[in-house]
Amino acid sequence: MIYEWLYNITGSSILSMFVVSLLPLFVFILPFALLAVLAERKVSAHMQDRLGPMRVGYHGILQTVADIIKLLQKEDLVPAATDKKLFNFAPLLVFAGSYAVFAAIPFSSIFIGSQIQLGIIYIVAVTGLVVAGILMAGWASNNKYSLLGAMRSAAQIISYEIPTLLIILTIIMITGTLSLYTLSELQTSYFWNWMILGGPATGLQKILYIPLMIIGCLVIYISTLAEVNRTPFDIPEAESELVSGYHTEYSGMKFAMFFLAEYANMFAVSAIVAIIFFGGYQSPFGYLGNAIGLHWLVPIEQFFWFTAKGLFFVFVQMWLRWTLPRFRVDQLMAFCWKYLIPISFVILLLAGLISLI
Amino acid sequence: MALKTEEMVLNMGPQHPSTHGVLRLELQLEGEIIKDVIPHIGYLHRCFEKHSEAMTYPQVIPYTDRMDYLASMYNEFGYALAMERLMGIEVPERVEYIRVIMGELQRIASHLVALGTYGADIGAFTPFLFCFRDRERILHLFEITCGARLLYNYIWIGGLSNDLHPDFIRLTKEFIKDFKPNLKELNDLLSFNAIFIERTADVGILPLETAINYGVTGPNLRASGMKWDLRKDDPYSVYNKFDYEIPVGSGEKGKIGDCWDRYFIRVREMEESLKIIEQAIEQIPDGDVKSAIPKRVKPPEGQIYTRVENPRGELGYFIISDGSLNPSRVKVRAPSFVTMQVFPELCKGFMVADVVAILGSIDIVLGEIDR
Amino acid sequence: MKTSEEILNILKDKFGDSIIELKSDKPIDSFVLAAPLEVDKICMFLRDNSDLQFDSLMNLSGVDDANGEKVKDNKGTETINGGTLSVWYHLESTKLKHKFTLKVSTERAKPEVTSVTEIWKCADWHEREAYDMYGIIFLNHPDLRRILMPYDWEHGYPLRKDYRNPEFYQGMKVPY
Repeated sequence: MIYEWLYNITGSSILSMFVVSLLPLFVFILPFALLAVLAERKVSAHMQDRLGPMRVGYHGILQTVADIIKLLQKEDLVPAATDKKLFNFAPLLVFAGSYAVFAAIPFSSIFIGSQIQLGIIYIVAVTGLVVAGILMAGWASNNKYSLLGAMRSAAQIISYEIPTLLIILTIIMITGTLSLYTLSELQTSYFWNWMILGGPATGLQKILYIPLMIIGCLVIYISTLAEVNRTPFDIPEAESELVSGYHTEYSGMKFAMFFLAEYANMFAVSAIVAIIFFGGYQSPFGYLGNAIGLHWLVPIEQFFWFTAKGLFFVFVQMWLRWTLPRFRVDQLMAFCWKYLIPISFVILLLAGLISLI
Repeated sequence: MALKTEEMVLNMGPQHPSTHGVLRLELQLEGEIIKDVIPHIGYLHRCFEKHSEAMTYPQVIPYTDRMDYLASMYNEFGYALAMERLMGIEVPERVEYIRVIMGELQRIASHLVALGTYGADIGAFTPFLFCFRDRERILHLFEITCGARLLYNYIWIGGLSNDLHPDFIRLTKEFIKDFKPNLKELNDLLSFNAIFIERTADVGILPLETAINYGVTGPNLRASGMKWDLRKDDPYSVYNKFDYEIPVGSGEKGKIGDCWDRYFIRVREMEESLKIIEQAIEQIPDGDVKSAIPKRVKPPEGQIYTRVENPRGELGYFIISDGSLNPSRVKVRAPSFVTMQVFPELCKGFMVADVVAILGSIDIVLGEIDR
Repeated sequence: MKTSEEILNILKDKFGDSIIELKSDKPIDSFVLAAPLEVDKICMFLRDNSDLQFDSLMNLSGVDDANGEKVKDNKGTETINGGTLSVWYHLESTKLKHKFTLKVSTERAKPEVTSVTEIWKCADWHEREAYDMYGIIFLNHPDLRRILMPYDWEHGYPLRKDYRNPEFYQGMKVPY
């Protein structure tokens, strides 16, 4: 583990802890957000028969850098009628919530921020902070659109956590572990060991698991999509109705914090889907490092596979966003309570029965 | 103890992404349910009617462009028609054909904006750009014809400002050929999308009786199930020489007169407009487009009300002449102005998100409401 | 389908004196002149009579006839005294496909016309516009406010022929 390695070198637990906790931010989240914002714009542009940003750098690759410089220069505007403390604190809370998720995500077998045994539950719990932050932002802005957005957002995130949790519960029941590291290790070697294809179970059990897992994967993907407020579930910030929802009043770096949190969240939920159903950092067909005897290559390959899977799901999110219209708030709730939750209960029940075979 | 509740007043606009300009809506909400809507208009009032009284008759034409800026050609068309009837001018046939072609191209362009922005209102941004891509081709056709892309000043009293560009016919044919598959793509992407239908069907239903009483015209009236189109029911120009259908709302996905019907009527109207253009291009005669333009526009004393089927409905011009060079009164019966009145009726009992859906479906242009 | 003469005869039978005359000397559109305070009853009849069925009000416009006495004061600004303001109603029957034009004229000094909003909802905003632009008071109108001009506009009715711009509006110089 990185932490032990650093501890051995520096001898200071505080310093190594500090470095480890900052690593995902600087090595991963910031570059990812830079890349993802650009990718979002390019993906949408090419889907819409246009080119997207083309001016800054070759094919506009420095566009987000320019945007960040612009945002840094902006005045930090706090409207007069806001609740100032909450208004300033909300973006921090939202960002902290989505950043803390990365602590428990195994990027590869040697790099996990913190090897918590309760990994999955920790992630689900810590995303709850985001709801508080959003509500805080909506309330403190003293703007009716923000308030409506925040209320919608809270209702939506809390509702969609239920199907997510039920599917996670199914997985816990099958595998008997709460740790994301152990879960990833269970799905090792080849892709037929991935949970989407029944996991490490064998024989009849495995065949019976497959349809359940595919449906479960869809359910969890849809509900995590709703949790990060992406189209078709982006009603909290529904641009054409609520202007920008809960972050209408924010500008400059505070807005950038929300923005960064959104993209960090996008990757976080994609990573969760990848870990639970698609083997996490495991390669689908063995490791090059093992084959040619360079064992230090394996973690790098794992990191590559993990990022590739995560990015693929992020790409699907973008793809959906630029294809689908948006639900209405009551339809969104109906979809969750009438379809997703019953389906996930049935999956939980059936998976329980199958595991008895 | 009962909880204390109160209605929330939400002020939507004049600066709001989906009020299609500078409309202000005062929404009275109970939670997210609409109790009442009060539209406030006038933010784009540019005194068209007062201006025209100070202008000579031909000078009014550029001002008509600026009313419904998405259908400028048709505004000019209506004004020119009214003046020709008032003065008894006989227009060469070629002029009539070109006017019809321009008018129908303009109808397609206007409907493309309506459908595209409607998609964007519902949350699908991609169809918006697809529609604008196609509209760009039409604007190019207008540009080669008269040099302007939005405000043309092309249709004059008794004629046109210039003849067609030599490439116009070829480019129009190419456009029609390319546009047909794009229309199908739009249907696949948006019209028959399950979420889109969910959002628009059974929302904002406009019953036929209400529609007529409120004076709703054009696609919105047809979506409510009445086959009423001035091109057929009160024919003007050469529209009776072409073979085309008048699409009527059928309540295919919900009830007759819901948002989806109003949306889909426009898609079908574009297909019919393409038919008209195809026929008109084949039949267009030769001639001089400027021969009938009067040297001095001085109509006799009298008054006239003339109406044409604008992309948004019945566009009427009421012109009173006192025998001088300036009109004594020009009143425009703007279709959006009249349609907007029925909007509060449509919204009651629906949600905030539906206000956007309904507003988009009746397709208003604020330039025309406020004039 | 009925012509204006036939419609006029039906109206004459029913209303007698409130219908003043048919004018068809000017080119194109002939119209019927009616009394301003009876127009709602006439319109109700026009809509509900089974031979007429004017179910649609195409257009309603206020007009300044500018037929009064023009007075110039010593600064050279012109005002019109006396004369009339008019309201034109363009009606249509979508079922029987005939059209009809009705005109009422009212005193410029005290312009009052009964509202037809109850008959055609469509008249609501048209009447508000006529009020806004000409100051014609529509009696029984449910909500007669300004519509295109600002609600706090106090400088007269802009489409009247003798309207002059105010010098200041809310402290802003008007011809700026």
